[in-house]
Amino acid sequence: MKHVLGAVCGASVLLLAVPAMAETTLTIATVNNGDMIRMQGLTGEFTKKYPDITVKWVTLEENVLRQRVTTDIATKGGQFDVLTIGTYEVPIWAKKGWLVPLANLGADYDVADLLPKIKDAVSADGKLYAAPFYGESSMVMYRTDLFEKAGLKMPEKPTWDFVIDAAKKLTDKSGGTYGICLRGKAGWGENMAFLSAMANSYGARWFDEKWEPQFNTPEWKTTLTTYVNLMKEAGPPGASSNGFNENLALFNAGKCAMWIDATVAASFVTNPKDSKVADKVGFALAPNTGLGKNANWLWAWNLAIPAGSKKTEAAEKFIAWATSKDYTKLVASKDGWANVPPGTRTSLYENPDYLKVAPFAKLTLASIDAADPNKPTVKPVPYVGVQYAAIPEFQGIGTQVGQQFSAALAGSMTVDAALTAAQSQTEREMKRAGYIK
Amino acid sequence: MARMATTKQVAVSTAAAWLFGFLIFFPILWMVLASFKTELEAFAIPPSFLFFHWTTENYATVQERSDYLHHALNSIIIAGGSTLIALLIAVPAAWSMAFSPTKRTKDILLWMLSTKMMPPVGVLVPIYLIFKTFGLLDSRIGLVFILCLGNLPIVIWMLFTYFKEIPRDILEAARMDGATIGRELVYVLTPMAIPGLASTLLLNLILAWNEAFWTLNLSTSNAAPLTTFIASYSSPEGLFWAKLSAASTLAIAPILVLGWFSQKQLVRGLTFGAVK
Repeated sequence: MKHVLGAVCGASVLLLAVPAMAETTLTIATVNNGDMIRMQGLTGEFTKKYPDITVKWVTLEENVLRQRVTTDIATKGGQFDVLTIGTYEVPIWAKKGWLVPLANLGADYDVADLLPKIKDAVSADGKLYAAPFYGESSMVMYRTDLFEKAGLKMPEKPTWDFVIDAAKKLTDKSGGTYGICLRGKAGWGENMAFLSAMANSYGARWFDEKWEPQFNTPEWKTTLTTYVNLMKEAGPPGASSNGFNENLALFNAGKCAMWIDATVAASFVTNPKDSKVADKVGFALAPNTGLGKNANWLWAWNLAIPAGSKKTEAAEKFIAWATSKDYTKLVASKDGWANVPPGTRTSLYENPDYLKVAPFAKLTLASIDAADPNKPTVKPVPYVGVQYAAIPEFQGIGTQVGQQFSAALAGSMTVDAALTAAQSQTEREMKRAGYIK
Repeated sequence: MARMATTKQVAVSTAAAWLFGFLIFFPILWMVLASFKTELEAFAIPPSFLFFHWTTENYATVQERSDYLHHALNSIIIAGGSTLIALLIAVPAAWSMAFSPTKRTKDILLWMLSTKMMPPVGVLVPIYLIFKTFGLLDSRIGLVFILCLGNLPIVIWMLFTYFKEIPRDILEAARMDGATIGRELVYVLTPMAIPGLASTLLLNLILAWNEAFWTLNLSTSNAAPLTTFIASYSSPEGLFWAKLSAASTLAIAPILVLGWFSQKQLVRGLTFGAVK
């Protein structure tokens, strides 16, 4: 028995032994999105430039990554040197001292070239805490052929009235075409991203200046009633379980006349390899109600360095490389301009080569410019963020509210009941967190 | 007439068993089929069952992007290591509780089981800190240790019930014939316990192989097993079902093959004691 145990321990120790390396090894945590996978594929170019740095990738599903990285950073585990995080996390984590400010990105990095809205979203107290890798807003993607057939013309800045009317006209349930596809799956980053942005365009807000939840206001009632009725009349069946990917599949298969979602989807729906309707897609700004706010969000995936990392110098070199103008050129030379990470730099939207292959570029930029995380809605708010409120409690609250709204869409509860439940749940959480008494 | 009815009954129950088996197996079959589809076909509505453009490009992409062998080796070491250590601890424990129980044996058994009642996320931060302090984060030995501890109550319980089924009279008969404890263990008890041991081993191996909470949270790259390999193919923005299916098929293949070959032992072990 002793021998067996000894052998097992010995074998385990041997397996543990990792050869000592003189060079710096960076561990980078990221999500499985096309642009990140491309970056992973181009790691060789980075290590060619910096031969003393090796790179290890940890790719995880978004929610798993969030939990994994939060645990590590909160316990100062030091398992990661570069993190991929969203605009939601940056201000919260920066405030907690969990991120290292990026002060040495190099002379040729050109911070001024970053899109101002995106740069704002990843800065705190005037310091850059993360570098944007790709940015996105949301917009309307629509089928030009179906619009033409129905004698409709999509304005560049459509109103909700127009979108609702068009969606009803374009619905042909027996033929399997639906007027509009929208997110319904519960989650703060799923249906609530869309619904918060939509609510902004109707003048609603998550909290008033004193952090009181606002689901009992007429603006939220109008938003949710409009959404539920629209989806009942012109949406696909089972919409309450549709997220980005489900709607992407539906749109690509020609089942949706309109889809309001992330601008990054534009390159997917116009790619003939994946989309049946690649040459029949038009773009427009997210709808408004004339109150001065469009129903579009602002999001960016960013690279940041956790405070626990002992390799900040090498990590900063990597971040500077991956978010530089040269990286964009590198991707363009390997995979073409249509595949460069969008939404972070002004220079990209002035590049004729990019504008030629990306018919959605102009609207992506206009959408990003139209979203203001510091002034997301018509009335003043105490929080930062368009489709979220950048407070640690929001993930939990957002998902709870999302579940109520998803249930309202599925028909298992009324709009009023969903709003009442959302209000009381949010009030309880905000009281517990000490924002209100 | 009676004979015909029996044949009919046999036919019906056989058909029902096949149907039930097929239903259970269907998700796995669907996953394997999806792994040979293009992303668009994997998501298509209505879905196509067999008549689609078969492609192996997902497997090629998975191979190109991830180091499958590295993850598979980690899975084998972690699942195998934790199972072996668990058995080494559990066999004597279950043996003593089955053959020389004390007043407290039942309480101990219940207490052990109660540790499984707490959701693992409740102890994530303490365990993470312990692992960090001892330098066990992203190490195979750390994962072997935690999975072994996690599965130990189940292993002890299973073995305890198997050992309890072994009639004490047989041991006494062996002793009457002059067998020493060593001979009694090797020639009398072990052959009788093998089906139980084998099924416990296999079940524990499957549990450890599929364990996704601790393996995802305590590993990054060096010790990352196949669960992290699968998790890396789910995407919030972009179609991923076909590639995810290919990754999952590759991940379950070794354990599926192992299960196939040892199903006789597994069934015998699980029904052990039912037919005396």
